[in-house]
Amino acid sequence: MEKLSLGGQIVQYLFTGVTVGSIYGMVALGFNIIYNVTEMINFAQGEFVMLGGLIMVFSARFLPLPVAFCVTVAALTAIGAVMERSTINPLKNATVLTLIIVTIAVSILLKGIAMFIWGKDPYIMKPFSGAEPFQVFGAAIQTQAFWVLGISGVIVLLLTLFFRKTRYGKAMLACADNPEAARLVGIKVKLMVLLSFALSAAIGAAAGAVITPISLMEYDRGALLGLKGFGAAVLGGLGSFSGAVVAGLLLGVVESLCAGFVSSGYKDAVALLLLLLVLFVRPSGLFGNVEASKIKKF
Amino acid sequence: MRRFGKGWRGAATLTFCLVLVWILGPTVVTAKEPYRVGAIFSVTGGASILGEPEKRTAEMLAEEINKKGGIDGHKLELVLYDDETDETKCRLAVTRLIKKDKVPVIIGPSTSGNTLAVIAVCDEAKVPLISCASSIKIVTPVSERKWIFKVAPSDSHSVERIYEFLVKKGIKKVAIMTVSDGYGSSGREELLRLAPQTGIEVVADERYGPKDTDLTAQLTRIRGTGAQALINWSVGPTQILAVKNWKELGMTAMTLVQSHGFASKKNIELAGGAAEGVICPLGRVNIPDLLPATDPQKGVIMAYNEAYQGRFKEPLSAFGGHAWDALKLAVEALGAVGPDPAKIRDYLENRKNFVGQGGVFNFSPADHCGLTKDAFEMVVVKNGTWALAQ
Amino acid sequence: MSRGNLITLSATVLLIIIFPVLVTRVEAISHYLDVMVFVGIFSMITMGLSLLMGYAGQISLGHAAFFGLGAYTSGILCVKLAVSPWLAMVAGALLTAVVAYAVGVPSLKLKGHYLAMATLGFGVIVNIVFNEEVELTGGPSGLSNIPGLKIFGLPIRGELLFYFLVWSMVILVLIFCLNVIHSRVGRALRSIHDSEVAADAMGVETARYKVMIFVLSAVLASLGGSLYAHYVGFLSPSSFNLLFSIRLVMMVVVGGMHSLWGALLGTWLLTFLGNEWLHVFKDFDILVYGAILLFVVMALPEGLVSVVPRLSHMWKRGRESEG
Repeated sequence: MEKLSLGGQIVQYLFTGVTVGSIYGMVALGFNIIYNVTEMINFAQGEFVMLGGLIMVFSARFLPLPVAFCVTVAALTAIGAVMERSTINPLKNATVLTLIIVTIAVSILLKGIAMFIWGKDPYIMKPFSGAEPFQVFGAAIQTQAFWVLGISGVIVLLLTLFFRKTRYGKAMLACADNPEAARLVGIKVKLMVLLSFALSAAIGAAAGAVITPISLMEYDRGALLGLKGFGAAVLGGLGSFSGAVVAGLLLGVVESLCAGFVSSGYKDAVALLLLLLVLFVRPSGLFGNVEASKIKKF
Repeated sequence: MRRFGKGWRGAATLTFCLVLVWILGPTVVTAKEPYRVGAIFSVTGGASILGEPEKRTAEMLAEEINKKGGIDGHKLELVLYDDETDETKCRLAVTRLIKKDKVPVIIGPSTSGNTLAVIAVCDEAKVPLISCASSIKIVTPVSERKWIFKVAPSDSHSVERIYEFLVKKGIKKVAIMTVSDGYGSSGREELLRLAPQTGIEVVADERYGPKDTDLTAQLTRIRGTGAQALINWSVGPTQILAVKNWKELGMTAMTLVQSHGFASKKNIELAGGAAEGVICPLGRVNIPDLLPATDPQKGVIMAYNEAYQGRFKEPLSAFGGHAWDALKLAVEALGAVGPDPAKIRDYLENRKNFVGQGGVFNFSPADHCGLTKDAFEMVVVKNGTWALAQ
Repeated sequence: MSRGNLITLSATVLLIIIFPVLVTRVEAISHYLDVMVFVGIFSMITMGLSLLMGYAGQISLGHAAFFGLGAYTSGILCVKLAVSPWLAMVAGALLTAVVAYAVGVPSLKLKGHYLAMATLGFGVIVNIVFNEEVELTGGPSGLSNIPGLKIFGLPIRGELLFYFLVWSMVILVLIFCLNVIHSRVGRALRSIHDSEVAADAMGVETARYKVMIFVLSAVLASLGGSLYAHYVGFLSPSSFNLLFSIRLVMMVVVGGMHSLWGALLGTWLLTFLGNEWLHVFKDFDILVYGAILLFVVMALPEGLVSVVPRLSHMWKRGRESEG
């Protein structure tokens, strides 16, 4: 078998990188939405993706694909809302560190519940439009990758519209900037918090549903996805939505190129090293607001 | 003082009776003491693919044994803990089994790493351990492993079989791809070590993480190295990804060989048709239908397959059989010499011709593994199921 | 040292001495001695982490890396170069100090989540190095046959001896840390925790102190790691991963971040919960663990240690109303 031309290789790595990078970006978006409203990091974000994947696999067995997708997103929205009401809302003056630990505990619980319902096996489902991968310069691109990119794109678009044009969206951004002022002008901050969790969970669900045909899904996949997504969020600057998406794609591509051209074993280390370097040189992330990052509480 | 009358006499009589019963009790009430076997498996955590079927098998077998009257009338009590694929937990569980549950023999752990972490504990306490893990380091050097046995064939056996097969097919150059956990690295060590001896050249040595979502980068690197075959060594979703990506990248001209961890038919399903033509070495426990009637293991294997499939409604995995072998050996030893750790150890060491799921075992003071490379058959995936590879 | 601390210290020492005596008498819990050895080893790390998080107000999600650096340095030097274990332990501490300094200086300029991410990233990178450098560390298959410790030729074999060794070291470290807290350094730390800007304005060299405590906590973790290596005799990279770093943070938070006693309490509770007391729940134990964690953190955000002053407050009020 002949080696791929350099162009072919780059195309291959780029496409893989962009595909997985979109998932990192979506997870990062989820982190940012919650962070913006509450200044806390939701360590259960990765579990939202995992649950999205598993619920999708099961719904798709009985329902047509688009319906199953909506069911998955709805289910996770509910889970996100329940999580917020039962664990975050009751904590009045907790420190941010406490909130982080709470979300870690919730992620353990969600993982345990997933293990009970679905066991420890990996699950797979057919690609949404099951066709053969097609070739570009000898590189093979899966059709599901286009679904991933497409759905990510749609989500980013919808979110932008939501935050720019709708009342609730603008209210959420206001909370991000200054919760006190937001409350003073009558914005129900508590409702915003609930909304942020629900929205994050919904995005996680979409990400999980769309990536499962490519990479399977199992009960403990959440942690690594959450970690990489968190890295992307920080890389892009916590709180910046466009930053999250770009950083996610960047992370995915760097990982892929490194696995391809440098060393497959060290690829995660390289991505993290890149992250650390960015943090040391520009602490607020690539697109973060330097001033804002200095006055944020944690 | 005047209350000494009836009340006190009654109490004295009662006490006397109780003391009498307590002294005589053991000779009158003859329920036989249960025999305990300790078990430690990685039911959760990274190695749950190994530990879960092992736990199910052990519990299923224990129930069967008790239904048939136990061990010589003694009920079999299986004390099972989950080490969550964590060495510290494994160690603590083994200490608990030895000190609190006072078991005379322990089966498991599931992984080589956890086994190595508890060898010292069993040595000190002089309790025999029958591990379900495969590394050769578990039982060598045998002079330092007096109390340790294993029932899983070594990775070296699996690799030897693979290389033998490839050489017969005229394949000289192979690429290897291994997962960077204990399972994969043990396979990688053997693959690299045994290659020169068999005349095979390893032209690529790629690695990936157990939770990686995509192996196209590694496969793309392997393309164009001139490798005639690709050997993938992993368990879990990555072994499915390897097959899928191999097919998607159009690399099917390069023979794909999986490790023995690929054994379950479920994996063929998950790969969704991409697994046609994939080769792997399998323990006979996974191919009961392909065994000739003369095979000594056939009876034992068919019974286990039926029972497992009937109860859990899914195909066997590669690993449950190890728990079957370990528990059966332990139970046999208990039946033969009773719950004495030292005697059990001696019994195990001299057991010959034990027909188990993993093979026909022949233990000896110099060999606490008991198997050879013939524990494996080379099979190929044909029409969605296994067929013997020519 | 304050009177309160002295009393608690003496009580702790007493408990540590009589614990083995009590526990070995009762068969059902005689293996608790083994668990307590690990509690002691982990306490070395959590005490340092408590100083870092509770007093200096920083966070580290990568302390498993320092634990691992100490463990692997001890392991590699003893197995491959036949260095004496105590010397290897010192070497491990020195190496860890250097690494912690190199990482700490740029990282501690970051705040909050960015600092958390930096330490997390560092921890994962070190774990990957343990996993990939197969020639040096044995890779995922692990490093085995690490020799045990000896004091003046007496081999420390078996749980009892190791228990006393580990806990003696823990007590020494505890006394040291208590002194740090009550010294100028401790006061400087607390001022940084309260408000870094104000501390800076008052002339406190915040950067220097933060790095100092970071390095100290790293060295303590490294010592714990060396002890671990010699006790278990076998190391594999999966023991030093992100999950363990998170568990360490949980131990500190659950016990009470702002108190060294909290660190000990949290370590003890979570280690016993995770390894012993949830067995009755069989398969459900992970759910119960998560639920207990959630409950403790939600009900007692200041950690379990905060129960003590609350109880004594309630008791005092009870007595007042009686009078």
